[in-house]
Formats: sequence, structure tokens, C-alpha cells
Amino acid sequence: MTRTLVMEGVSKRFDTGTVALTDVDLHLAAGDFVSVVGPSGCGKSTLLRLASGLDHVTGGTIEVNAHSTSYVFQEPALLEWRSAIRNVELTGELRGVPTSSRRARAQEALDLVGLTGFEQQFPRQLSGGMRMRVSIARALVTEPDLALFDEPFGALDEITRLRMQTELQRIFQLKQFAGLFITHSVSEAVYLSNRVIVMSGRPGRVVADIKIPWDYPRPPELRYEPEFGAITGEVSAALGEHS
Amino acid sequence: MKTTTTKAGLERDTLDAVGAEITEMAVAPMTPTETDVESAAAADVADETAEQALSGGATTTPWWRSAIRQSAPVLLALAGIAAIWYLVSLAVLPQDQRFLLPPPHEVFSRALTNSALMTPMLEALGRTVVVAMIGLVIAVVLGIGWAVVMSSSGWAERILYPYAVIMQTIPILALVPLIGIWFGYGFPARVIVCVIIALFPMISNTLFGLQSASPSAHDLFTLNKATALQRLTKLKFPAALPSIFTGLRNAAGLSVIGAMVGDYFFQQGPVGIGGLLRTYTLRLQMDALFTAIALTAVFGVLVFTIFAVLDRLVIGRWYGLKR
Ligand SMILES: Nc1ncnc2c1ncn2[C@@H]1O[C@H](COP(=O)(O)OP(=O)(O)O)[C@@H](O)[C@H]1O
Ligand SMILES: [Mg+2]
Repeated sequence: MTRTLVMEGVSKRFDTGTVALTDVDLHLAAGDFVSVVGPSGCGKSTLLRLASGLDHVTGGTIEVNAHSTSYVFQEPALLEWRSAIRNVELTGELRGVPTSSRRARAQEALDLVGLTGFEQQFPRQLSGGMRMRVSIARALVTEPDLALFDEPFGALDEITRLRMQTELQRIFQLKQFAGLFITHSVSEAVYLSNRVIVMSGRPGRVVADIKIPWDYPRPPELRYEPEFGAITGEVSAALGEHS
Repeated sequence: MKTTTTKAGLERDTLDAVGAEITEMAVAPMTPTETDVESAAAADVADETAEQALSGGATTTPWWRSAIRQSAPVLLALAGIAAIWYLVSLAVLPQDQRFLLPPPHEVFSRALTNSALMTPMLEALGRTVVVAMIGLVIAVVLGIGWAVVMSSSGWAERILYPYAVIMQTIPILALVPLIGIWFGYGFPARVIVCVIIALFPMISNTLFGLQSASPSAHDLFTLNKATALQRLTKLKFPAALPSIFTGLRNAAGLSVIGAMVGDYFFQQGPVGIGGLLRTYTLRLQMDALFTAIALTAVFGVLVFTIFAVLDRLVIGRWYGLKR
């Protein structure tokens, strides 16, 4: 199987002298959904910026085998003056996709995230959860092979957050991209992923790579099972030892 | 009267909407036990539809309501000024000094019925309006262009910004003699004074707006390999629009002042209202002087109101708040 993302011995030192990452190895294939947890400031966002090409490594190598990579930011980062559907169309517009197919694909993506009927709403008219849905639709409209998520649900309230996890899992099952998901919630990481990577405090390195055994789809009440508790306990322990 | 920076007005409008959203969140039903993925999504969207209905209502304002709301405080202030005027004229000034400030009704009834006085005054006001509008258009085009160039690189900003600051800080009176020597004492010189006075708020507000797009939005454009032109037209400029309108409102007010200052100093050719003010002062024509001042005040309020209303209309529509 081809590896969508291969990071080997990656390190990143900023011009300011801050060493954000040292010697990070990470492999991701289609159908993998990998979460990264770690103390804040340990270089998680930096890891995504390197994988997306927004920033460059100062050591090691990164190989990306993807036709299209997309990025979901911590905040929805919508253009306030565009309706939901025109926000989703933006990536196509920038890449020169013809209007008619662009519009049709944007509509499909909005349907996928459950926003049918909200196409003409502007960001300010939508709730936090809906704005994040638009943001996810915008990321998925390019049919990415690699999808990067930087704590996308971090700012949502708990109830919306649980719903969004269920949604994302459904979408992932359908689209089968390789997903790299940053979160500060251990239970979110365990619930969503087939692997959870634990990073140490700065400079970040990988201190644990924990396989999550359950098949998808996972029912929401999996979170209340004793085995779920055992695994989150394991992740939390790895986090606690190294922060 | 509020003439200053940014989008505070807009935020005030959306505050209610946010309040509604929070309340709705709090009463949303608990769903973690729900097994059906689809129905959870449906419930989510249904809740949010309710929020929407709550937040949608308060946002439609017809333009005339907006106009009244914008100009009412100013009109009240004018009424206050009239009241003080009466007080000084009738209660403070002794009889033999009342000519310095005759009561408003006497002034205006004498002046407004005197067409030999009013016709030239209105014509002069018309010329000043033309100077102000031409000056404003030039200031807007120049200011936006200047800011766009500055926002294109850190270097451009460091090199060009000081010129804007210098132009803002040199008192216009210091430049007037030079402008007269270089450009003559007629219409072009008046417009130039007007541009110099109105330019800075256009530059600074536009620049602030062009730099207001979030770093993530810029990253999004970078990831999609946007060209510099796409970044300008699809991100920076649209993000700047609210600030540009704030700048426009301030520049419009200043362009009126600029045109009158221009009139006052550059008297060659057909006279403007600023020029008449000077003449009336020299001849101690008190009725004419007060009437001219009142006219310019009304003109100023009108310009301010027009641009404030335009601002709210355009920006509201821009963010889909008014339909
Ligand atoms: N562009 C940058 N220049 C200098 N230092 C940076 C830059 N971006 C991030 N850092 C530093 O690198 C470290 C890791 O940052 P980040 O990847 O954002 O952490 P996380 O997302 O895990 O909270 C932090 O100490 C941060 O201050
Ligand atoms: Mg981060």
C-alpha cells in the first residue's frame, strides 16, 4: 500500500531559535485516521504546517503522495462576505475549476456535511458548529487524499463537539482519505482514530504510538465502555509522563 | 457623534444574534446517547435552524430609518446650538452689542428673503460642493491605491507610510502659500487643499483593512496557490471594505472642510462659500455671515449622513445581514 505521508527524522528549528520538533517519524496511508495529542506548544501545528508545505523542515525528510491535500484550521477561517456555498467554492475558484462543476461540487460537499438548505447563509448567520461544517466542506470539496485537521473542534461546546465527531467519522468512512488530526482531547483522539500519537513537551517528539482496535463505524456510546476508558487511560498516562 | 474607526457599529448589530445563539445552545437536547448518526446531524441542524430564526429577525432596517438614526443626534445638537444662540443673544448680550449675535429667527428671516444675497450664496455653495466632491474622489482613488501598494510588501509600507504621516502632520496653513505659488490661486489649488486634508483617513483605514484578513485565511490562499492578484481581489480587498467605508465617511467630512479652506485662501475665479465667508467677515455683514455658516453646517451634516447611511447599507449587505 502506498504511503500518503511519510515523515522521517523531521525536525524544525525556527529562525528565532525555538526548536519546535526533533526527530519525528510518522507514516500515514489511505484509510488511516491518526490523531496527535501533546501538551500545548509542543509543535503540533508546526507538524501540520510542515506536512501541508506551508513551512519547511530544517532536518529530516517529508514525502507526500497526494493529488490534493487539504487543511482544516482551528477556527473556521471563512470569508465573512461570502455565502456558505461561495465559501466552499473558493478553492475551486482559486484553482481555476469552471463555474458550473465548481457549483455542483460545492453543493455536494455541503450536502455531505449536513448543510443542505443553508447554501445562501452568510457565516455571521450560522452557529459555531455550522461554520465548522462549512469549513470541513471547503476542505473536502477538492477530494483530498490527505486531510489535515488542526484542533478543529477545540472552540466548540461539548455537545456540538460530540456531534461533530460522529459526523467526521461518517465522512471519513465514506471518503477514505488519510487523516491527520490534532486535538487536545484524549477521548476525541481515541474515539476518532485508528492510531493515536502522543508527543512530548517542546521540543516535540513522538513518545507513544497507540493502536486503537475498534472497527468503524463506532457508536457514540463506545465512549462509556470500560475498554474505551482503559485506552484513554493509557494515552493520558503517556501524556502525563512526558509533559 | 461617532466618526471614528473600524467596525464597532456592525458588531453592535450582530450582538443580538450572538446572544440568541448562546441561549439556544444552552437548551439544546443532550444527544451523546443517540446511536443514529444521521438523526444526530439532523437534530444539530434543526437546533441551529431555530437559532437562525431567532437571529434573523432584528437585522432588516430600511435605509430611511438608518438615515434618521444617523442624523438625529446631529440634528439634536444643531437644536442645542440654536438654544444657546438664543440664550446668548437675548439674555447675555446687552442691547447695544446684540448686533454681534442677533437671534436666529431675525437673521434667517432677513437673509432668506433677500434673493440678492441668497442667489450668489447658493451658487458659491454649489461650487464648494463641486470642489469637495472632486477632491474626495481623488483622495479616495489615491488613498486606496497608496494603501494597496503599501500592503503589497513590508518594504513598500516602510518606505511609503512616513510620507502619509508627514502629509497628515504638516498643518495645511504651512502648505497654503506653496500651493498658491505652484498651482495658482483658483480652482485647482482649492481641490489640492481638499485632497491633502481628506487623504490620510483613506490611506490609514484602507491599509488597516487590507491587513485585517486572518493568518489562516492567508494560509488557505497559499495552500491553493493563489496568485498575488487573487489574494488582493478575493481576500485583502473584500476584507478591507468595512474599513474603507469608515475611511470614506471621515474623508467625506474632511473634504467639505478642505474645500472651504481652499475657497478661503484661493479667491481667484468664481467664488466659493469659504470665499464669501471671508468677504462677509471683512464687511461685517452679520446676517449673511451667520446664514453662510448655517448653510455650511447643514451641508456638512448632509454629507456625513449620506456616507454614514451608505456605510451601514453596503456593509450590512456585504455580510448578508440585510436582505
Ligand atoms: N513562525 C514561528 N516562528 C517562531 N516560533 C514559532 C513559530 N510558530 C511556532 N513557533 C513556536 O514553536 C512552538 C510550537 O508551536 P506550535 O506548533 O504552534 O505548538 P502547538 O500547536 O503544539 O501548540 C511554540 O513554542 C511556538 O512558540
Ligand atoms: Mg496549535
